[in-house]
Amino acid sequence: MTDLKRRNLVAALGVAPFVLPVLTAAQSVGTGSKFKVIPSRERIRDRYFPNLSLTTHEGRTVKFYDDLVKDKIVIFNMFYAKCEGICSPVTRNLVRVQKLLSEQLGKDRVGKDIFIYSFSLKPKEDNIEALKHYAEMHKVAPGWLFLTGKPDDMELLRRKLGFVDPDPELDKDISNHIGVLKYGNEPLERWGGCPGMQSPDAIAEAVSWVDWPKNQASLKAKGGTR
Amino acid sequence: MVYISKRSRKKEKDKQIAANNRRELIAAGFKRRDLLKMGLLTSAGMLIPKKGLSAHPLTSAGFVDDDEPNSPPTTPFQELMPRLQVLAPVASLTPAPTIAPNTAAGEARTVPHQAFAQFPPQRFYEMSMQQGTALMALPGELPPQTIWGFNGITPGPMIVERYGNLGSPQNGSILVRQRNNLPAVNGGFGLPSVTTHLHNGHTPLESDGFPCFFQERGQFYDYHYPNVYAGINSTHPGTGDIKEAMHSLWYHDHRIDHTAENTYKGLAGTYILFNEFDTGDENTGFRLPSFGDGQNPLTSFDIYMVFNDKVFDNETGLLKFDLFNTDGILGDKFLVNGKIQPVLHVSPRRYRFRWLNTGPSRFYQMFVLGPNNSTKSFWQISTDGNLLEKPVQVNSSRISVAERVDVIVDFTGQAGKTFYLENRLEQEDGRGPTGDVLGAGQGDKVLKIIVDGPVVADNSIDPATIPANQAVYFYGFPNTNDAPRITRTFRFERGNGQWQVNGKLVGSCEAPPRFAIKRNTVEKWVFQNNSGGWQHPIHMHFEEFQTLSINGNAPSSSGIITRGRKDVFRLEHNMEVKVYFRFRDFVGRFPLHCHNVVHEDHAMMVLGVIDDVGDNKTQP
Repeated sequence: MTDLKRRNLVAALGVAPFVLPVLTAAQSVGTGSKFKVIPSRERIRDRYFPNLSLTTHEGRTVKFYDDLVKDKIVIFNMFYAKCEGICSPVTRNLVRVQKLLSEQLGKDRVGKDIFIYSFSLKPKEDNIEALKHYAEMHKVAPGWLFLTGKPDDMELLRRKLGFVDPDPELDKDISNHIGVLKYGNEPLERWGGCPGMQSPDAIAEAVSWVDWPKNQASLKAKGGTR
Repeated sequence: MVYISKRSRKKEKDKQIAANNRRELIAAGFKRRDLLKMGLLTSAGMLIPKKGLSAHPLTSAGFVDDDEPNSPPTTPFQELMPRLQVLAPVASLTPAPTIAPNTAAGEARTVPHQAFAQFPPQRFYEMSMQQGTALMALPGELPPQTIWGFNGITPGPMIVERYGNLGSPQNGSILVRQRNNLPAVNGGFGLPSVTTHLHNGHTPLESDGFPCFFQERGQFYDYHYPNVYAGINSTHPGTGDIKEAMHSLWYHDHRIDHTAENTYKGLAGTYILFNEFDTGDENTGFRLPSFGDGQNPLTSFDIYMVFNDKVFDNETGLLKFDLFNTDGILGDKFLVNGKIQPVLHVSPRRYRFRWLNTGPSRFYQMFVLGPNNSTKSFWQISTDGNLLEKPVQVNSSRISVAERVDVIVDFTGQAGKTFYLENRLEQEDGRGPTGDVLGAGQGDKVLKIIVDGPVVADNSIDPATIPANQAVYFYGFPNTNDAPRITRTFRFERGNGQWQVNGKLVGSCEAPPRFAIKRNTVEKWVFQNNSGGWQHPIHMHFEEFQTLSINGNAPSSSGIITRGRKDVFRLEHNMEVKVYFRFRDFVGRFPLHCHNVVHEDHAMMVLGVIDDVGDNKTQP
């Protein structure tokens, strides 16, 4: 719980500063209530972001929540290195999204407070070398990590992040999990999802909508011309 | 609690029966895949049980918690069903509304009002979208909920307005100023960037709540609602076509990509239109039960009921929204006008109920359950707030997300009895109902109705007295004889885990319109759903359609009524439907989309335009 204290939030927001009103996430439920008062940000962490150990394509070991999600704007997707179907188009799409985010939200942002994470659907075969090869093949810029881990952990992560099909037969067809992106702003608790094959413009736009508020006025001015 | 454990025992038994049935079917030569295609297997891999309605939410992890509901227990039928507050007009707005967007004063609108000079607003309303607190159950059972609402309440205040009398259309014109005073901190879900759709007004499209025309915190947006009948500037100049009258509407947030969380958090309200026929007074016009002031139980017999289902965190007791779900979200608590399973006291007479399902993803089939598991018939008078040709006696009405059904329920002679509104449509996850309808008393009771009010006069029409050979009691339907300029096909489907229309995704707000409708022309549209697993409530803004055929068959005027003017079509398993539209009078941007708001937020939408050129794309 200590890692979610207000000073950390303020520190996180220092990256893209704006004045946050008093944090009111924890609602009062009165004395003697059978319910716990837990900040909503903490509930989201507990519900969706297990703090698993993962390995990056650079060979680093990282904690999913502590190192990858906390205090950041993030984009999640699923892939595997030897994928012949939709992985490459989605990855190529995200390469363009990464460029667009730098152009539109700020050159220093991707890798500083905005990150892209691609999680392996085939952790048994996706070792560090395979991930590294995949990253280099697609010429991804810094701020984008390809991640693998224990198969059970990767499966848990996939389910926690909602890369699932309710039809168990279709759920086994992993191409159904590659076409989807999830994104969000962790401290601001703004989350969303969109198709991975959506146009890069549309994906960058969707991510900009969960950006720190200062960027939204300019986006509105831009979006309002239709 | 007893109720719950009884249910899980039943569920266990159903599971065993289902497993046995499944083994038998597989032994008989059906493959698992066949069963899935036929929609006979649930996500848990078991056959759809014939009994037991699962109200358990599907988590984004793909699990259905079969044995315990997710929400804390609540005691049903303790609290009164609130009657929705009626919004009072204001004398004037500051700054005064302008035709051009008042950007300098903080207006978010970017397109000038196209019909302001023709229909100058006669009355003004102002609402503030803001955080509020709501008690959805008894105070000890759930803590106060933090919601986002129009004027801080959910459902939002009801706008009750009148069309101008025929020949004086400008008298119906109003303007509603929406202010975004939502907080930056959302408490777990919700995007404080909004656009308000009046579903489904014949509204100049800059005031329609286009998903990309959003207003940020601190901004306002003036919505001009002329409240005119379609045809006013085209087929029926000066009057509009009275057969296009609409009576039960609603307004809600329509922010692109974030509608599900924002409406779930409370941003939805109701909107009623009367005229000189549907007057709100049971002594005049069609003599439908009087609206009165909407509050007084002795004079107000026309009651709007807003249904939705929600989940509450069982540790904090607070509203829970499944952030990463892309399939559809089911709640295990059923709310009517903001209260979980409330109670309504009525007098022994006829009532008009206006039923609306705000979702996010559940479909209802509503029955009136009487004593000893009897099913009480009632009169359906509208589809999506549009009056049928005449009242039709039915046993139930099916209501998918965003659909409205107006009914007349006759409690005459029922003093002392208790009834329930019961949803008997089985649905186990966000994909849509299984297609099974449960037996009387086996569904979910959403509202208890006790006939213990005082005896009061009833001057409303008794639909039973309308002669059987009288074809039209209300307006009748507009003809569908004019030749369409174009027939377009829209295929609603799923590919690579993504929602698609004609194989395409919604695209950027910045992208050019996907297709263009020529103003004042007729179009025929074909909606297709090739899936046996998913259902989609398909909604078109701005104009009502009439259904021409469903899988080649004529729409039905009885039972589950599909003949009539509508703006949401329940596209069920493996269905192809043809519908007829006239696009008249106004121009601008519109969306066509799935109203399972979770599908809608994940790209199951087409953004088009009505202009004076049009295009010839047959599969946009």
